[in-house]
Amino acid sequence: MALLSKKDTNLLLDPLSDNNPITIQVLGICSALAITAELKASIVMAISVLFVMGMGNVVISLMRNIIPSKIRIIVQLVVVATLVIIVDQVLKAFAYELSKTLSVFVGLIITNCIIMGRFEAFALANGTWRSFLDGIGNAAGYGVILVIIGFFRELLGSGTLLGYKVLGDPIAKTGLYSIGYENNGFMLLSPMALIVVGLIIWVQRSRNKALIEEN
Amino acid sequence: MSLKNNLHQLKEKYRGKKMAPAFNALHTFLYSPNETTHSGSHIRAVDDLKRTMNTVIMALVPVLIFGIFNAGYQHYAAVDAANGIIREASLFGNFLTWDNFIMGAWTVLPLVIVSYGVGLAIEFLFAVMKGHEVEEGYLVTGMLVPLIVPVDTPLWMLAVAVAFGVVIGKEVFGGTGMNILNPALTIRAFLFFAYPTWMSGDKVWVHQAVDLAGGPDAISGETVLGFLAQGKTSEMSYSVADMFYGFIPGSVGETSTLLILLGGLFLLFTKVASWRIMVSAVAGSLIMGLIFNVAVSAGWITETSTFYGLMSFEYWKHLLVGGLAFGIVYMATDPVTGAQTNRGKWIYGFFIGLISVLIRVFNPAYPEGVFLAILLMNVFAPTIDHYVVKGNINRRLKRAKNAMVLPTDGEGKAEKLKAETV
Repeated sequence: MALLSKKDTNLLLDPLSDNNPITIQVLGICSALAITAELKASIVMAISVLFVMGMGNVVISLMRNIIPSKIRIIVQLVVVATLVIIVDQVLKAFAYELSKTLSVFVGLIITNCIIMGRFEAFALANGTWRSFLDGIGNAAGYGVILVIIGFFRELLGSGTLLGYKVLGDPIAKTGLYSIGYENNGFMLLSPMALIVVGLIIWVQRSRNKALIEEN
Repeated sequence: MSLKNNLHQLKEKYRGKKMAPAFNALHTFLYSPNETTHSGSHIRAVDDLKRTMNTVIMALVPVLIFGIFNAGYQHYAAVDAANGIIREASLFGNFLTWDNFIMGAWTVLPLVIVSYGVGLAIEFLFAVMKGHEVEEGYLVTGMLVPLIVPVDTPLWMLAVAVAFGVVIGKEVFGGTGMNILNPALTIRAFLFFAYPTWMSGDKVWVHQAVDLAGGPDAISGETVLGFLAQGKTSEMSYSVADMFYGFIPGSVGETSTLLILLGGLFLLFTKVASWRIMVSAVAGSLIMGLIFNVAVSAGWITETSTFYGLMSFEYWKHLLVGGLAFGIVYMATDPVTGAQTNRGKWIYGFFIGLISVLIRVFNPAYPEGVFLAILLMNVFAPTIDHYVVKGNINRRLKRAKNAMVLPTDGEGKAEKLKAETV
C-alpha cells in the first residue's frame, strides 16, 4: 500500500498548481506583496506559514467535534495566535535580524486569509491526517509563489540572491554592472510585486486553459 | 505592379497562415485596403484610427525638432556655463545652429529608434500570437516616449521600459483601445520608479552631464522646477520668455510651451483632441496655483518653508515649466484612457491640472507630478463616466416622473396645461 492514497496526494499537490491559494483563489496577497523584496524573507515566511498551517489544521481538526459553532472563529483565532507567537519567539531567538525585517508581518500571519479559510473550509469537517496534508499542501502552494516572487524581486531589484551578489557588485562595477546594467528599483516596491503576481497568474492560465473563468 | 498590389498578393498568399497578421498589418499600415464591407450599410469616414494617429504625430513633429535643437543647445550652454561664459539665448544666433542640430540628433534620434523598434516589435509579436491586425496605436506612443524622457536615458533602460509599458500597460488589457493606462506614461512611470537616478537631479537633463560628472569638465543643468524645489530661486537665470519658447533644460520635448500650444491648437482644429479636457486642465492647474499664491501672500507660508519656492511661483508660470503643457495637450487628451462623456471630460481634465500642481508643489521627491496625475485620473476616468451617465439617467427619470400627463380632450385646455408644466 502506498503511503498516500490518491485522494490524499491530491490534497497535497492540488494547491501547488491548479488550486493555488494565491494565483487561483487570490488569498494571502498582502503578505505576498509586503515581504517578498528579499528571497530569504520569503523563504522564512513560507516556512512559518507551513508550520502554523500544518499544526493549526491538526489542532482544529482534533477539536472539531467539541468546538461550539457559534464561537468557532474565536477558537480558531486563539489557535492561530498561539502558533504565530511560537513562530515569532523562535525567530526572535534564533534569527533576530530576519525577524526585524519581517517585523509585523509574522504577527499578521494571524490575519492571513488562507489559514482561516482552510480552518473553516477543511479542518472543521475532516480527519486529522487529511487536515494535516491539506494544511501542508496549501502552505506549500502559498510558499512556492512567495519564493518565485521573492526570487525575481531580489534578483532584479537588488542584483542579489539570498544576499549573494550574483550579478556583480554595483559599487565596484563588476560583472553585469561593468557594462552599464543597473538594478531596477521598481522591483523593490510593492506595486511591482502585484504585477509579478499578475504575470504568474497570466503564465499559469495560458498553460492551463481550464483555469480561465468564463464571464 | 505597385507596392500596394504586391502587398495585397502577399496577404492573399499567406491568408490563414500564422504570419498572416504581420503582412496584413504592413498592408493596412501603409495603404487603405481594397476590401469593402460585406453586409449592411456603413458610413465611411476618413477619420479612421490611422488618420487620427497621424494627425497627432504631425502635431508632435515640431516639438521633436525643437527638442533636437534644444538637446544640443543645452549641452553647449552647460559647457559655456561651466567655463563661466554667460549665454543669452537667441533663436537664430545660437539656437538654430548646425552644431546644436547634430549634437541633438545624435542623442535624440536613437531614443526615437529604440522606442519605435522595441514597441512595434512587441505589437507585431502579439498580433501574430493572437492572430489579429496590428493597430496603429503605438505610432503615437512611440513618438511620445522619446519626448518625455531625459536626453541621456540609457537605451537599454528605455527598451526595458517600453517592453514593460506595451505589455503591461496595453497588451494584457487587449491591445489598442482597451488599455486603462496611457502606455507612454506607463513607460515613463516605470523608468521613474525603476531607475530614479536617471530620471531626476541636475545631471540627466543635459547631454553628457552624467559622463562628465566629477571630472574637470563637469557640467550640469537644473530644471526650473528643480531650482524652485530646492529653494534656489535666486540662482535661476531663465527668463519667462526662455520658459515660454523653451530654451530651458527638461525632458526632450516638454520644454517649448509655444510649440506645444501650436500643436494643441492644431489638434483642436482637426478635432482630434478634446477642447474640454484641455480647457479644464488648464483651469485646474491655474486654480491650484492661485490657491498656493494666495496662501503665500496671506503670510501662511514663510520663506523658511520648504514649499516656499514652488508655492510663491506665479500661478500661470506653472504652465510654462515642466511637462504640464505637454501632458495636458498630448497625454490627457488620449481618447482611449480619458473620460468619454462631455461632463466627465470637464471633471477629468480639471483634476489632472489640479493634482499635477499639487504633487509638483508638495512632494519634494517628485519635482514633476504631471505623469502621476494623468495616470491617476486614467484610473478614475471610467468611474467618472459611470456617475455622469448614472446622473443623466436619474435626471431624465425624474423629469419623466414629474411630467404631467396631458388630457386629450379640449385643445385649448391642453395648451394651457402644457404651458404650465414647461
